Amino acid sequence: MSKPQAFSRWVLVLYCIYLLLPLYWLLTMALRNNSDIVGTFQVFPAAPTLANFAKIFNDPVWYQAFGNSMTYVTINTLVSLLVAVPAAYVFSRYRFLGDRQLFFWLLTNRMAPPAVFLLPFFQLYSSIGLFDTPLAIALAHCLFTVPLSVWILEGFFSGVPIELDEMAQIDGHKFPYFFMRIFLPINRGALGVTLFFCFMFSWVELLLARTLSGSEAKPIVVVMTRTVSASGLDWGVLAAAGVLTVIPGVVVVWFVRKHLVKGFAMGRVS
Amino acid sequence: MHRPYSNKAWLGVLPVVLVVAFSAVIPLMTVVNYSVQDILDFNSRFYVGFEWYVETLNDSRFIDAFKRQLGFSFTVLAIEIPLGIAVAKGLPKTSRFTPALLILLAVPLLIPWNVVGTIWQMYARSDIGLLGVAINAMGISYHYSSEPLHAWLTLIAMDVWHWTSLVALLAFAGLSSIPQPYYQAAALDGANRWQVFRYVELPRLRGVLIIAVLLRLMDSFMIYTEPFVLTGGGPGDSTTFLSQHLATMAVGQFDLGPAAAFSVIYFLFILLFCWLFYTSVMRRDNE
Repeated sequence: MSKPQAFSRWVLVLYCIYLLLPLYWLLTMALRNNSDIVGTFQVFPAAPTLANFAKIFNDPVWYQAFGNSMTYVTINTLVSLLVAVPAAYVFSRYRFLGDRQLFFWLLTNRMAPPAVFLLPFFQLYSSIGLFDTPLAIALAHCLFTVPLSVWILEGFFSGVPIELDEMAQIDGHKFPYFFMRIFLPINRGALGVTLFFCFMFSWVELLLARTLSGSEAKPIVVVMTRTVSASGLDWGVLAAAGVLTVIPGVVVVWFVRKHLVKGFAMGRVS
Repeated sequence: MHRPYSNKAWLGVLPVVLVVAFSAVIPLMTVVNYSVQDILDFNSRFYVGFEWYVETLNDSRFIDAFKRQLGFSFTVLAIEIPLGIAVAKGLPKTSRFTPALLILLAVPLLIPWNVVGTIWQMYARSDIGLLGVAINAMGISYHYSSEPLHAWLTLIAMDVWHWTSLVALLAFAGLSSIPQPYYQAAALDGANRWQVFRYVELPRLRGVLIIAVLLRLMDSFMIYTEPFVLTGGGPGDSTTFLSQHLATMAVGQFDLGPAAAFSVIYFLFILLFCWLFYTSVMRRDNE
């Protein structure tokens, strides 16, 4: 263990304060009613109330929106992992015609600005009848989660010595057994990290989700923006919803927290 | 590591190619198709060749938005990468506070982007926001909604708040993977802290830092939701970046042809930057 470095510790402490202050402000807004927020400046809420949360918990629109968001995020994460795992495996284990080009081409899709795709996506999913379904949003988000998943997983998989595959073969294990029972469990960390990134980028995205949803599949991020405009900018409810949307993410991080660090550490990502 | 050559491997990448072809290639081709047509409505359209491209490249609003975009992207990269590394170095590697700190760092990444914009909008307001009131109380006049410079500083502060964690988490993971003997060897050689960082830690961080730089470069180039909520591109056009300009064109004014040409140029620029970075890094690898 290197000596604790005073400078870096100070940076960490100051940065945490910098992180916490806006979060604190979000929390205080969630605990105040709207006229109070707009009318006066208070460092500590003078009359904290849970009314904003009550409003959300009593309105089925929020449940549905939450459900919709969870649905497309889950579909997206599953699809991304399902297609990215085999691809990352072959990228890490074989050379084949056009492998480098294909890898960079995949990455380029991660670079495509969502704003570019708004209209074509709308037309594409409308024409195949998927508009306003969670599936459409999940597939659209694959645009950036799939390339990222392949990229991250390939880094991890390349760090696992190829001798492992050969030894399993010598031991007489069939490939599916090796892959499912040996290879993937070893790479739990990698899968955890990838899951975190898919979840994160799909959960927080607004632009595509808004474009591809009508009234049925409306995700929670969109409901937030509409509630704001409908009831004349209710900052309190918006802040309360903001606090609630952080919770699923924190749950995911909590479950993958060990993998998150160990996972990255194992990766020879380059 | 020796990897055998086998074109059967294509079977493994086929699902990815299909999914990405569906969700990226078809829409991209649609955009390219629009970009060479004048579309009055969907029934009357004319082929115009590269006219929209020429027009976009000569459009002063595009050029201004592009310059602002470059300024913004390189500023946030220049702050977030060193800051992220410093934060990661400050994190204790094994302590009971480590999980809590990691979760705290991850929180800004997990907040929906429009909420991030809203938080900062309220936080920085000079009448009722904690930050705005605090700065004004120190005797510095600060109004991000009317002063372009203040709007810029607020946007950069927001992006640093939002994304430095990503760099820090990646860098922390990289630092945790450095075996202890490396440090012991450095200590035997009498290396000072800077030398340990420069010759032991930095080379081992290279892989994760490449990911961090590329991700931040791509994402900052695409930034839309947060400035849209925070400043709406204003005051005036002072914080209108490329995505925002594009959305106004395509959705607001329904100028499909020019918007599509703009999209293609925009995409090509991101591609160019990432390719330059990627190949320069890979070339050094091979040397």
